[in-house]
This record gives sequence, C-alpha cells and structure tokens, in this order.
Amino acid sequence: MFSSFMVNTWVAASIVAVVGGVVGFFVVLRSSAFVAHAIPHGAFSGAAGAALLGLNTVFGLGVFALAGALGISALGRKGRHDVATALGLVVMLGTGSLFLSWSAVYAPQIYALLFGEVLGVSRAELWPIAGLAVICLVAIALVYRPLMLNSIAPELGEVRGVRDRLIETAFLLVVALATSMTVPVVGALLMFSLMVAPAGAARSLSDRPSAAIAWSIAIALVTVWAGIALSYALNWPLGFFVGTLGAALYGLGRLVGTRRRRLVLPTA
Amino acid sequence: MNALFAPGFFTNGIVHSALIVGAVVAVVAAIVGTFTVLRAQSFAGHALGEVGATGGSAAILAGTNPLWGFIGIAVVAAAAIELLGVRQPRSRDLATGLVLGAGLGLAALFLYLGATSQSTTGASITVLFGSLFVVSMQMVPSIVALSIVALAIVLVCYRWLLLTSLNPDLAAARGVSLRLVSALYLLALAIAVSLSAETIGAVLSTALLVGPPAAALRLTKRPTAALVVAAGIGVLATWLGILLAYDSYTWPPSGRGWPVSFFIVVFVFCFYLLAQLHGRKLTRG
Repeated sequence: MFSSFMVNTWVAASIVAVVGGVVGFFVVLRSSAFVAHAIPHGAFSGAAGAALLGLNTVFGLGVFALAGALGISALGRKGRHDVATALGLVVMLGTGSLFLSWSAVYAPQIYALLFGEVLGVSRAELWPIAGLAVICLVAIALVYRPLMLNSIAPELGEVRGVRDRLIETAFLLVVALATSMTVPVVGALLMFSLMVAPAGAARSLSDRPSAAIAWSIAIALVTVWAGIALSYALNWPLGFFVGTLGAALYGLGRLVGTRRRRLVLPTA
Repeated sequence: MNALFAPGFFTNGIVHSALIVGAVVAVVAAIVGTFTVLRAQSFAGHALGEVGATGGSAAILAGTNPLWGFIGIAVVAAAAIELLGVRQPRSRDLATGLVLGAGLGLAALFLYLGATSQSTTGASITVLFGSLFVVSMQMVPSIVALSIVALAIVLVCYRWLLLTSLNPDLAAARGVSLRLVSALYLLALAIAVSLSAETIGAVLSTALLVGPPAAALRLTKRPTAALVVAAGIGVLATWLGILLAYDSYTWPPSGRGWPVSFFIVVFVFCFYLLAQLHGRKLTRG
C-alpha cells in the first residue's frame, strides 16, 4: 500500500483533499453545492473532447471547467441561479455525448474519469496538480475577506463596496481550477462530494470560520486516506468510498455537533 | 421533403416509439418542472435523476428491469433529502448534495461490480446518457402509467403547490401543511425524473425538467398558461431533436448518427435563450 508507485497517489490525494476542504467550506457557506457538482461533471465532457482531438485530458477539463464557470455566472445574471446551473450543466453534457459518439474512447477510461482512478497518478502529473492547488489556495487567500463577507451578509458586503457578481464569478473560477486538477484523481462525479460532505460536517462542529476550515480539511483528508486504503485493499472504486464515507462522516459530525451544543446549553 | 425528413422517418417503428415516449416524458417533465423552477429545486430534480441511475445500475447488476430500480432509489433519495433538509433552503442544498454524493458513490460500486461480473463496461455510458432510440414499445404502458401517477399528484395538489411555491407564508396562514405538500411534490418529482432518466438519460431528464418551464415562465406570468407553453416547448424540442438525430445517420464523421440527447439539449437551450430575449423586450416595452 505504501510501495513506491503508491506514493504519488497518496501525495496527490492529500493535495486534492486540502483544496477540496478549503474550497468546500465556501461551497457550503454559499449553498453552491449544485454549481460545485455541475462544473466538474460538465468538465468531464471536455476530457472526452480532448480524447477526441488527442490532447491531454487535463487540458480539456480545464477549458470546459472555465467555460462552464463563466457561462453559468453569465446566465445566472439574468435568471435564477439554479436554472442557470442546470442549463449550463446539460449543455456541457450534451456536447460531451456528441464527443463520446464521435470518438472511440475506451469505456474503462470514461469510467475512470467519472469515478476516479487511484493508481493513475504519475510523478509527471503531480507537478500540475500541486501547481493548480497553490493557485487555488492563493486565490482563496486573496479574496478571503470579501468572499467571506459576501457569503455571510451579501447586503453588508454590497454597502462596503464588495461587488456581488465579481465575487461570484471569481469563486466559480476557483471551483473550476480545483476541478481541473482533481477530476483525474477523484473523478468527475465524486469531486463535489469531497467539497460538500467534509465542509458540511465541519460547519456543525464549529461556528468559527478558521476552525471550521481546519475541521473541513481534516475530515477531507480522513475521507480520502481511508478511501485510498480501502480502495487498495478491496480493489473497489475510490469514488464509492469518497461518496459514502463523506456522507457517513457528515452524519457523525452532526451527531457530535448537536451533542456538544446540548452540553453548552443544557436548558435549551 | 426528403432533405428534411430522411427516407423512412415516418415508417420506422423505433422512431415511432421514440416520438411517443419522448412526447410523454417531455409533457410530464414540463408540468412537474414548472413547479421545480418556481420552487428553485433544479438541484433536487437533477440529483434525483442521477441517483436514479444508481438504482438502474443496481437493477442491471441484479438482472431485473432497470425502471423499478430507478424509481425505487429515487423515491428513497427524495425521502432522505426531505428528512435531512427540513429546516431551511440552505440546509436543503447541502442535504441534496450529500444524498447525491452517496448515491453516485453507490453507482460507482454497482457499475464496477457489473463491469467485472458481466463485462458490460458500456453500462456507465448507457445509464448516464441513455438513448431514446433504445426504448422498446413494451415499455410504453408502464411509462404512461407512471406518468399518470406523477401528473395526478401534481394536479390534485395543484392549488396548494402553487400557493406554497409562490407565497409560503400565506399558505401557512391558510393552514396548508408545507411539509406535506413539499413531500408529495418531491414524490412526484422523483417519479417523473426517474422515469425520464431511465428512458432518455439523466442529462436529458434535467434539460427537459428545467429548460422548457424556465423559458415558459419568461414568456407568461399566468401559471396555467406557463404549464401549456412549457409542455409545448418540451415536445417541440424533443421531436425536432429526434428528427435531426434520425437525419444525422448520413452525416460525418462516423455514420453512426449524432446522439439525440445532444440535439434535444441544444434545442431546449436555444428556446430558453429566445424566451429570455423576448421576455426582456416584454418587460421593456
């Protein structure tokens, strides 16, 4: 499990978990789970397109994720957010089904893109993942205060000169960046699970942002590490463990959270 | 004539059942979807379709009819969303995300087990993308029956649904049980969405659920008119898509035809954009 070819996997997955935990905190805070699901899922089509043209799949993922983020935020300006997200997602996936019908991509390759591939990380792939992770985290750090203000009290943010649209677009672009680096490892369908479940659990454990982010990262790391270990031992897909462990840890987090609140406020 | 309707379009049995099933699914999706858009529950609608695919893959693994797998899992997922996300819209978003994540995780496992035991790796593509052209005539009766159930729920609760969607406080003041209406609505949504996800794929299911109603609500403010317009747009987009997909068998590059999902999604999206342009003219003029 810790042999040399698995080292890259452990490193890559840990990077993915840290980014997922941090970005996920804001996903949950802003109730953007749908967008966090739509961008990676839609970007899968980009990977199919890249396979068709013989390009690197990460490139296709990146292009589609960024285009999807910009498209959804443009559509969302004039209509309801959830409608914009749904339409952006189906347009990307519709294009993806066209690419898939044109190309002769291997079914197992598609499966790996959708549900993740533990053993697929090479040393050469590690650098782009690390680079994109640093960019994501720096971007979040740069917009941390306005993003936080906009997420918690959008009206107050507006008064203070925080532009709602700009922040929304910037946030979607960060999700898109996170997507293009993580999809090849965790899979298009389960990436959002890594963003939603640990952060959701973290919110019931702490109300302080910094503590919640720390919890979120820790729970994401536990999810991914346990997922890899189980996936390696049983040879089942990583996506299964990430999705179900995430939901289980969320349930546990909520139980602990309510119990602790009861201890603090015994009369309530 | 032949340039538009490729030879055999009107005599082909597969095309016939695609046209019928497509129209039924589009009408149900439009009517249920109008409330989905009004209640801002597109995410739940999409999630139920994809989670339904989990049931579909489990049913393929068990060797039973996928339709029942789709519906069973979607109803369970709808109940889970309802129970987890009762408090406010904010936690509903999170609840939907968690249920979707867990469901997709299970789908990954079932598809993997299916691929290793039966070597049908194509299942993940069929389940997610579906195709109208593989629907057989034998499925039509059960599809119609389930559509009637979903429509019946919506029509019986029509006034409550409208009131709770547009003005929940007024509805609560009038003594309408918000929880009951919301649970019944999610049940109708689960049936409608899993039905369409099984027949036309999870992608198209979301497209038909959200696109035509969103376009219709741009064009008219009256709810009943919106239902009719949405159904019309849905059926039109579906039939145009089927027509072009049939024509595309002679198109480059492969000679296998372009996927019908692609065409229908493009038409739905175009109708939405047109409605938005027109709607802006309405509000301005």
